[in-house]
Amino acid sequence: MSTAQPEALARDVPPWLFAAAAVTTLPHALHLPLWLSLLTGLLCGWAAWLWWQDRRLPRRWLLLPLAVAGSIGIVADFGTLLGRDAGVAMLVMFMAMKLLEMRSRRDAMVVILLGYFLLLTHYFYSQDMPTGLWLLLSLWLVTAALIRLHAGTIGIRENLRYAGLLAVQALPFMLVLYLLFPRISGPLWGLPQDAFSGKTGLSDSMTPGSIANLVQSGEIAFRVRFDAAPPARPQLYWRGPVMEHFDGTTWRQSRQRRAPESIQPAGPTIGYETTLEAHSQRWLLALDAPVTLPDGASLDGRLSALAQQPLETRQRFRLAAATAYRFNAEEAPAVLRDNLQLPPNSNPQTRMLAESWRQQAVQPERVVALALRHFSTEDFYYTLQPPLLGRDGIDDFLFRSRRGFCEHYAAAFVVLMRSAGIPARVVGGYQGGEMNPRDGYLVVRQSEAHAWAEVWLANRGWVRVDPTAAVAPERIEQGIANALPFGEPLPAFLQVRADWLRDIRHRWEALNNAWNQNILGYDARRQRELLSRLGLPDADWRSLAIALGVACTLVLALITLWTLHHRRRVAPELMLWHRALRRIRVDCAPGETPLALAARVGNSKPELAADFAAVVHHFLLARYAPENPEHLAALRAAVARLPRRRNP
Amino acid sequence: MTNTKTHQTGSRPHAFMPVLDAANRIILGKETEVRLAAACLLAGGHLLIEDLPGLGKTTLAHTLARLLGLQFARIQFTADLLPADITGVSIFDREQGSFRFVPGPVFSQLVLADEINRATPKTQSALLEAMEEGQVTSEGETRALPHPFFVIATQNPAHQIGTFPLPESQLDRFLMRIELGYPGRDAERALLASGGRRQAVEQLASLLPPEQLPQLQAEIANLHVAPALIDYIQALVAASRHSPSFRHGLSPRAGLALLAAARAWAWLAGRDMVLPDDVQAVFPSVARHRLHSAQGGGLAGTSDIDALISSVAIP
Repeated sequence: MSTAQPEALARDVPPWLFAAAAVTTLPHALHLPLWLSLLTGLLCGWAAWLWWQDRRLPRRWLLLPLAVAGSIGIVADFGTLLGRDAGVAMLVMFMAMKLLEMRSRRDAMVVILLGYFLLLTHYFYSQDMPTGLWLLLSLWLVTAALIRLHAGTIGIRENLRYAGLLAVQALPFMLVLYLLFPRISGPLWGLPQDAFSGKTGLSDSMTPGSIANLVQSGEIAFRVRFDAAPPARPQLYWRGPVMEHFDGTTWRQSRQRRAPESIQPAGPTIGYETTLEAHSQRWLLALDAPVTLPDGASLDGRLSALAQQPLETRQRFRLAAATAYRFNAEEAPAVLRDNLQLPPNSNPQTRMLAESWRQQAVQPERVVALALRHFSTEDFYYTLQPPLLGRDGIDDFLFRSRRGFCEHYAAAFVVLMRSAGIPARVVGGYQGGEMNPRDGYLVVRQSEAHAWAEVWLANRGWVRVDPTAAVAPERIEQGIANALPFGEPLPAFLQVRADWLRDIRHRWEALNNAWNQNILGYDARRQRELLSRLGLPDADWRSLAIALGVACTLVLALITLWTLHHRRRVAPELMLWHRALRRIRVDCAPGETPLALAARVGNSKPELAADFAAVVHHFLLARYAPENPEHLAALRAAVARLPRRRNP
Repeated sequence: MTNTKTHQTGSRPHAFMPVLDAANRIILGKETEVRLAAACLLAGGHLLIEDLPGLGKTTLAHTLARLLGLQFARIQFTADLLPADITGVSIFDREQGSFRFVPGPVFSQLVLADEINRATPKTQSALLEAMEEGQVTSEGETRALPHPFFVIATQNPAHQIGTFPLPESQLDRFLMRIELGYPGRDAERALLASGGRRQAVEQLASLLPPEQLPQLQAEIANLHVAPALIDYIQALVAASRHSPSFRHGLSPRAGLALLAAARAWAWLAGRDMVLPDDVQAVFPSVARHRLHSAQGGGLAGTSDIDALISSVAIP
C-alpha cells in the first residue's frame, strides 16, 4: 500500500505480465527470424531477472538505441516495415521492450493491450486447432493479468478462476458473432499481400525434378469425401495443369484458349466433395473426368476444372466425375498440331527410335503399346534421385541414365509419341490418396503429386497413358512408399510403417479435418443456409447487423437476469464501508477487524484518525447491532465527512 | 436493550468490573487470562488451565470462587484417586438402619480439579461425565449437581512424567483452554515482595450476590448476534476444516462454544453486541485444544491458529 506513488506497480504484477508476453509472442518464434526470437527472449529474460533481483529498470536512453537497432534489423531482414511479417515482427519486439519499462499501471495496460492484439496476429499464420487452443490459454492468462492489475491483491488461483469465468461469460457472444457476423466469400479482406506467400503445390510448369521435390512434403493438398464407395486406387487421377508446350527442358501450359470439350461418360457418375487447401492456383484438381462442376467453375478445354479466382484460402466444392469417359473424339487440327510440336534439332536418338516404331506398326495404338513395352522390359528404374541430364535430356534419359521419376517417364513418353506422329501431352496432378478410416475422408498429399501422359487417338479422343505404371506398377496400385527401391531415403512421414503411429496420424488428421469442415468451413454459404433456416432468407448485411444486435442484446439480457437472480445482495452498510476504504485509500487485510484497521489508520494517517474512527463506530453499529435505520444514516453521514479522493 | 443509546462499540461499566479488578490484584500481570477465565465462567463453560506447576493455576481458580461467592471444592488428582472419591459414596447409617449417600466434592458450585491428568482415565471420565450431564449417577440413583456448576481443571504439560493425557473427546468438554505463562518482571517482583498470594486469597470477600450469576449468564446468552457475525464464525470453522495445517477441522459444537465465548467476551468489554474482535479474542482459547497439528500428534501451534484468523476475511 503506497499512497505516495499510487501509480506504481505492485510487486506481484510483473510476473503476470511476463506470462502474458510469453504466451502471446512464443508461437511467433516459428516464423520470425532467429535473431529476433533470440532478442525477444533475451529482453524478456532480462526484464524477469531485474524483477527477480528487485533491481531498477534500465533508463529510457538505453532502450531507445535498442529500439532503433531492432527496427533497422527488421527493415534489413524484411525489406519493409509494412505488411504482415514485418508488422508482426515489430509488435513482438515492442512487446519485449515494453517489459523493460514497466513503471506504472499505464505501462502494464500497454503490455496487456499489446498482448490482446498479438493474439489476433497468430491467425494470420495458422487457424488450426492447436493454435485455437493455445490462443484460448493465452487469452485466459492475459485476462488474468488484467484482473490482477485492477483487482489489487488476489490469490493466483482466484485470479485464474475469475479470468476463466470472464472467458466463459464471453462464450455466448463469441458464438453469436461467429454465427452472425457477415462472412465475406473470397479472399480475406484487408489481409496483407504477403500473407499468401509460401504455399506449396503444383506449379503450372514442369522441369525434371520439380515434382520429386514436391513429393518430399507430407502436407495435405486436399481431402475428398465420396458420396458412395470410392473408385479403385488406379483410377484416382486428380487433374491439375495440362502441359502442351515443350522447349527441350521445361513443359508449360499453352496459353491458347480452347473450345469447350465434349465429354461422354461411359460409366456411372461418382459424386464427391473436395476440400482444397490454398495453393494460389485456379485448378480444382478434379477427378478425371469431371461431369458436374461447382458454381463459377469452368473447364479450360483440356479437361482441367478451374475456379474463378486463385484459391487463397481453404475451400470446399461439390463435384461429380465419370472415371470411364470419352473426351474430344473430334479435335481441332490446330490443337493436334500443337500437340505434335517438338523443339527442332533435339533428342535425335529418341526420334530415331520413334521412327522405327512407326515403321513397325501402322496403328497409333500399336505404337503406344510398343513404347510401354519398351519401358517395362528394358532396364528402367523408378527413383526419386535421378542423375542430372544433359542438353538432349530425353536422349540422356532413354539411352543412358534410365533412372527417373514420373515426370521423366511422362516427358519421355510424350516426346516419343510426338516423334512418332501421335498427338500427346503431359498432365500434372495427383494420383491416389490415403483413406483415413477414422472419418472416411480420402487424404491426398503433396507426396501424391504425379505426372502422366495423354495421347489423342482417332475416334477415341484423348486417352490417358501412364508410363510410370509400366515401370513401377506399385506406384499406382499401392502408393509411392512401396514403389521406391529399398534403401532410398523416403520423406520422413512416409517412413512410418508402424500401425499404431499411422493410427495416431489418422486420428489427428481426422480431428483437424473435422475442425476444418465444421469450424473453419462455416462460410458465407453455410451462413445463408443457417439464416434461412432461422427465417431470414436472403439476408443482406443490414439484416445481419440487426440480427447480430438483437442476439447480442438477448444474450446480455439473459446474463444480466441470471446474475441479478443469483447475486448475493451486498448489504448497504458494507457498500458504504468499502466506499470509506476507497476514500482513505486503505486496503483491509483478510482477518483484520474494523477496530484493528482503525488503530492502523490512526498510526499511519493521524489526520484521518478521528473521522475514520467515527466511520468504524457507525459501521460496527450498522453491521453488528440490532437492525436500526438510524445506524445506517449515521454511517452515511460519517462516510461523507471523509475527505474526497483526489483523482490520481 | 432496545434503546439505541445503549448500543456501544466501546466499553461501559458493568457488574463484573469489580470482580475483574479484584482478581487482577491477586493474579498480577495476567489481565487477559483472568478476563478469559471470567468469560468462560460467564458463558457457562468449564475451563482448563494448562501450565507448569507453580504458575498460579490454583490461585486463579480459588480467587474466582471466592469473588463470585461460589461454594468451592478442590480435588487433587493423583494416580490412585478413584471415581467414588469424586462423586461420593453410600455408607450404612446405623441409626437409620439404611444406606446414606455422602456426596463427593463434585457436588459444589465450583470444583477445582487440580492436575487432572495425574489421575487414571477412569477417574478422569467420572468428573468429565458430571461436567457434561450436570448430574451424577451413583448406585442407580441420579442426583443433580448444584447450579451454577463450574469445573476449573488444571493440567500439567503432557510431556511431564506420570501424566495421562486427556483424550480429544474429553478435551472438547472444556469451553476454553488457557495458559498462564511466567509472570512479567514487575508482576514477579511485586509477588516476591508480598511473599505469596495465599493469604490474600483467604481474605477475599464475595463481590457478587449468589443469585446474580445465573442472571448475568442468561443476559449474556441473549446478547445480540448479527447475521454477519454468524457468517464470520461459520467462515472460521469452515476454514479450519479446509486448512492443511490441521488434522481435523472444528466441530459444530466448537462453533457453538466460540459463539458463547464471544458473547461473554463482548459483554465483559461492556458491549451489548458481538464484534468480530470478540470472536478473534477468544478464538485461540476456544479452538486450540480442539485442533491437532497435521504434522506430528500435538495440539495445533499458535502460529497456525493466528494464520487461520488472518486468512479468513470478515464478511
